[in-house]
Amino acid sequence: MTFLSNAQKVLRQNIREYGMYIALFVIMTIFTITTEGVFISSRNISNLLNQTGYIAVLAVGMTLIIVIRHIDLSVGFLAGFLGAICAIALVFWKLPLLVVIIMVLALGIVAGLITAFPVAHLKIPSFVASLAGWLIYRGAILLATMGTGTIIIPNDTFNAIGNGYIPDFLGIENFLPGVHKLTLVLGLVGIVLFIMGEINNRRKKQAYNFEVLPMDMFILKLVFISLLVGGVTWILAGYNGISWTVVIMLIVTAIYHFVTTQTVLGRHIYAIGGNPEAAELSGINVKKIIYVVFGSMGLLTALSGILFTSRLQSATTTAGSLFEMDAIAAAYVGGVSAAGGVGKVIGSIVGALVMMSLTNGMNLMGIDISLQYIVRGAVLVAAVIFDVTTRGRGK
Amino acid sequence: MSHPILEMKNITKTFPGVKALDNVTFSVAEKEIHCLVGENGAGKSTLMKVLSGVYPHGEYSGDIVFEGQVQKFTSIRDSENIGIAIIYQELALIPEMTVYENIFLGNEIKSGITIDWNETIKRAGEVVKKVGLNVNTAAKIKDLGVGKQQLVEIAKALSRNTKLLILDEPTSALNEDDSKNLLNLLRELKNHGVTCIMISHKLKEVIEIADTVTVLRDGQTVCTLDAKKGEVSEQVLIKHMVGREIDNIYPPKKVKPTDEIVLEVKDWNAYSPLLGRDILKNISLKVKKGEIVGLAGLMGSGRTEFAKSIFGNPDGYHVSGEIEIKGQKQRRFAHPEEAIASGLAYVTEDRKGNGLILIQDVKQNITLANLEEIARNGVINGNEEVSIANEYKASLNIKTPTVEQKVGNLSGGNQQKVSVAKWLFVKPNVLILDEPTRGIDVGAKYEIYTIMTRLVEQGMSIIMISSELPEVLGMSDRVYVVASGKITGEMPIEQATQEKIMELAAN
Ligand SMILES: Nc1ncnc2c1ncn2[C@@H]1O[C@H](COP(=O)(O)OP(=O)(O)OP(=O)(O)O)[C@@H](O)[C@H]1O
Ligand SMILES: [Mg+2]
Repeated sequence: MTFLSNAQKVLRQNIREYGMYIALFVIMTIFTITTEGVFISSRNISNLLNQTGYIAVLAVGMTLIIVIRHIDLSVGFLAGFLGAICAIALVFWKLPLLVVIIMVLALGIVAGLITAFPVAHLKIPSFVASLAGWLIYRGAILLATMGTGTIIIPNDTFNAIGNGYIPDFLGIENFLPGVHKLTLVLGLVGIVLFIMGEINNRRKKQAYNFEVLPMDMFILKLVFISLLVGGVTWILAGYNGISWTVVIMLIVTAIYHFVTTQTVLGRHIYAIGGNPEAAELSGINVKKIIYVVFGSMGLLTALSGILFTSRLQSATTTAGSLFEMDAIAAAYVGGVSAAGGVGKVIGSIVGALVMMSLTNGMNLMGIDISLQYIVRGAVLVAAVIFDVTTRGRGK
Repeated sequence: MSHPILEMKNITKTFPGVKALDNVTFSVAEKEIHCLVGENGAGKSTLMKVLSGVYPHGEYSGDIVFEGQVQKFTSIRDSENIGIAIIYQELALIPEMTVYENIFLGNEIKSGITIDWNETIKRAGEVVKKVGLNVNTAAKIKDLGVGKQQLVEIAKALSRNTKLLILDEPTSALNEDDSKNLLNLLRELKNHGVTCIMISHKLKEVIEIADTVTVLRDGQTVCTLDAKKGEVSEQVLIKHMVGREIDNIYPPKKVKPTDEIVLEVKDWNAYSPLLGRDILKNISLKVKKGEIVGLAGLMGSGRTEFAKSIFGNPDGYHVSGEIEIKGQKQRRFAHPEEAIASGLAYVTEDRKGNGLILIQDVKQNITLANLEEIARNGVINGNEEVSIANEYKASLNIKTPTVEQKVGNLSGGNQQKVSVAKWLFVKPNVLILDEPTRGIDVGAKYEIYTIMTRLVEQGMSIIMISSELPEVLGMSDRVYVVASGKITGEMPIEQATQEKIMELAAN
C-alpha cells in the first residue's frame, strides 16, 4: 500500500496548490453534466480559452502587484483606452500594424510607470494612485471615442489576434480530416519537453542528494499532466486548433512563471512582499522593483487591451470596465495572499479560468446575469476561505 | 512545597517534521516565581502557547490541570477567563492608542452599549500605579520606552484579575534599570498572590528571582530545581540546558588585530526629520582589520541609528560626515545595496521586524542579500542555493528539519543564526552585529562568539553593538561608549571596566 500512502502524503502536503485544480475540475464536470456535454465540446472550450485571454494576462500582472502589497485599479479602463488608441492609430492614422502594437505596448509601460511614481517616491497608497488612474482613463476613453463612438477595425491581421487560429500543415488535408494537425504536434512536443525537463530536474536534484518525489508519485505526476495537456490539445484540435490568444497566453505565462520562480528579480519581488524593510536592508532597491512591477502591469494591460479590441474587432466607449475586478478576483481565487509575498502566476491563470468557466457555463445554462454575479461572488469567497484555512498546513 | 496551581501532564505537541514537546511534565506551585529555561528551540514558548490556548485542546496531547480542574481551552479567551495571562516576547500593544485604551483593549468597561471612559481612565490609573509605572495614562504607547511598554503589558494582565502570569523573555529588550524594576515588580506581585512563570535566557536574573527552575531540552523536561534548597547555580543550569559544561563562554582569540584601518567614520552627524531632532552628533570611529569593536551604551543611545545611517541610510536621515573604506574616501552610501557592494554587512537587532522574511524559508533568507552569487544571467541555480544553505545550517548549527522550513517556524535563537548566516554569505569585510545575542541561549551564544572569533581570525572586522556589558567586555578588542548620539569614551579592552562604561553610558 505504499503507493496509496505516498499519494495521500503528497496530496496532503500540497492541498493548497492542488485545491484550485480540483475546483476547476469540479466546476468543469458540473457544467459538462448540466449542459449535456456542450460545455466540454471543442468549440466551447476553444471559445472559453479565448474569452479568458484578456483577463488572464491582467491577472498575471496583478499577481505581482498584490504580491508586493499593492493594487492597481486603473488597469480596466487603461486597457480600454489603449484599445481605443490602437483602433484610432490603425483606422484614422493608418499606421502599420506592427508599429501600432509596439507603440501601444510602450504606452502601457509608460502608464504603469506613471502610476508607480507617486507610489514609489511619495509613498501614496497605490489604491488611491490607481483610483485616480481609473477616473482619468475612463475620461480618456470617452474623449478618444467622442467624435466617432464605436470604431470598427477593418484590419484582418489585427482581428486575427483575438479571433484567429494558428495555421495547419498544408497538403495533408486527407489525413485525419477535421483535426488540426499542427496543434496535435505542438501538444506532443509540449508533453515531450515537459517530461524531459522533469527527468532532467530530478537527475540534478539527485546529483545534489536532495529529496525527490518517490518514483511512483513522479511517474503518476508525469502521466497525469501529460494526459491533461494531451486532452486539452485533443479537444482544441477538434475545432480550429490553438488560437493566437492561447499562444499569447501561454507565452506570457511561461515568461512570468520563469521570472517569478527562477530569477533574482522574482526573488526580490517576493522578498519585498514578505518584508519590505528587511528587503531594503538586504540591498534590494524597493523603488526600482515597484517601477518594474507596475511597468510590467502596464505592459500586460496594453496586451489585454489589444486582445480585447481585436476580439471585438472594434473599440467601444465602455471597453475595459470591470476588468480590474475580474483580474483581482482571479488572482485571489488563484491563491494570492492579500498580506503580500505569496502567490503564483500559474495559480492566477487557473483562477481566471475558474471565473471564466463559471460565466461561460452559466451562460450556456441560460442562467440570468443577476444570479451569475452572485454565484461568482460566492465562489470568490469560498476560494479565499479555503486558502486561508489551509494556510500553514503542509510545506 | 505548597499545592500546585498548575500541572501540565505528558504534554506532546508536534509540528510537521518537528516534535516540539515530547511528554513534558511541568508543575507550578501557588505564589511562586517559576523560571523556565532551556536552549533555543527547546520548546519553552511552545509549552506556554499550549498553556494559554494559542494551540487549542486537540492540537496537543496530554492534560492541563489548573486549580485542580482539567482545562480544555479552545482559545486564548478561555485561559484569560480563568486567570491565566501571557505576555509574549513581541509586545502586543497598539502604538497609536493611549495607555488606558491599551490596558482595557478586548476587556472594555461598558455602561450599556458604550464604553465608560471615565471608569476606564480611573481603573487604568489604579492598575498602572500597582505596577509602579509613573505615566499619564492618556499618553500614547509609541511615546513610551520599551521598559514602560513592558509594564503597561503587565498592567493590562493585572486589570483582568490574573492569577497566573506568564512572561516570555520579558527582559530581553530592557536595559539593566528597567530589568531590575521588572524583577522587583514580579516579587511584589508574588507577595500579592500572583504566580509567575518566566522564560529567560539571562541566567543571572533567573538565579536572582526564581523559587523554582524547570529546564527543558529538546522538548523534554530535564529537571526541576528548587532554589531554596540551593540547587540553582549558573554552572548547574548551563550543564542541564546544554548537556555539557562550558567553562569559558568567551572563546580566546588567537590573533591580534592588525594596524590596517578598514573603516573610518569622521564627524558623522544625523538629523531625523521624523523626530525633528539631531540623533547623532560628531561621531568619529575607526575599525581595524581583524578587530572586534564594541559599541556599548544604553538602549536608545543611537547606536542602531548610527549603524543604519552608515549602512545606506534606509530611514532617510539627513546625514553629514565622511566615510573611508581601507583609506579610500567614499561617497556616503545612498542605499544598503551600495554599502553591501563596499563590503559592509548589517545584522539588525530586530530580526522579525526588519531582519528576516518570516514567510520565506531558511534557504531563501540566507541567500537574499547575495543572490548574484548563485545566479547566472539573473537566473537562480536552485540546487546550488540548497547546498549553500545546508553548509550554513551545518557550520552555524541551525536547528531546522530542512532548509525548506519557513523561518517563522524556527525558535528565536535559530532565527538569529539564520540572520547571521545571511550576512556571512555576502562575505563582508566589516560585519556590523546589532545585539547579536539577544534572546539566544548560552549554548548558541557560545557558538555565535566562536563564529565571531573565527571570522576575525580570517581577517574580517566586526562592529558589535551590545547592551550587555559582560559581552562587550568579553568579546571586544576596543570599546566605544555611546550616549545620546555622541561618543562619550573610547578605550582599549585592557582599560575597560564595567563601572567605567556604565558611567560614560549614563552621560
Ligand atoms: N508553528 C511552528 N511550525 C513548525 N515548527 C515550529 C512551530 N513553532 C515552533 N516550532 C518548532 O518547535 C521547536 C520549539 O520551539 P519554541 O519556539 O518553543 O522554542 P523556545 O524554547 O521558545 O526557543 P527560544 O529560546 O529560541 O525562543 C523548535 O524546533 C521550532 O522550530
Ligand atoms: Mg521562545
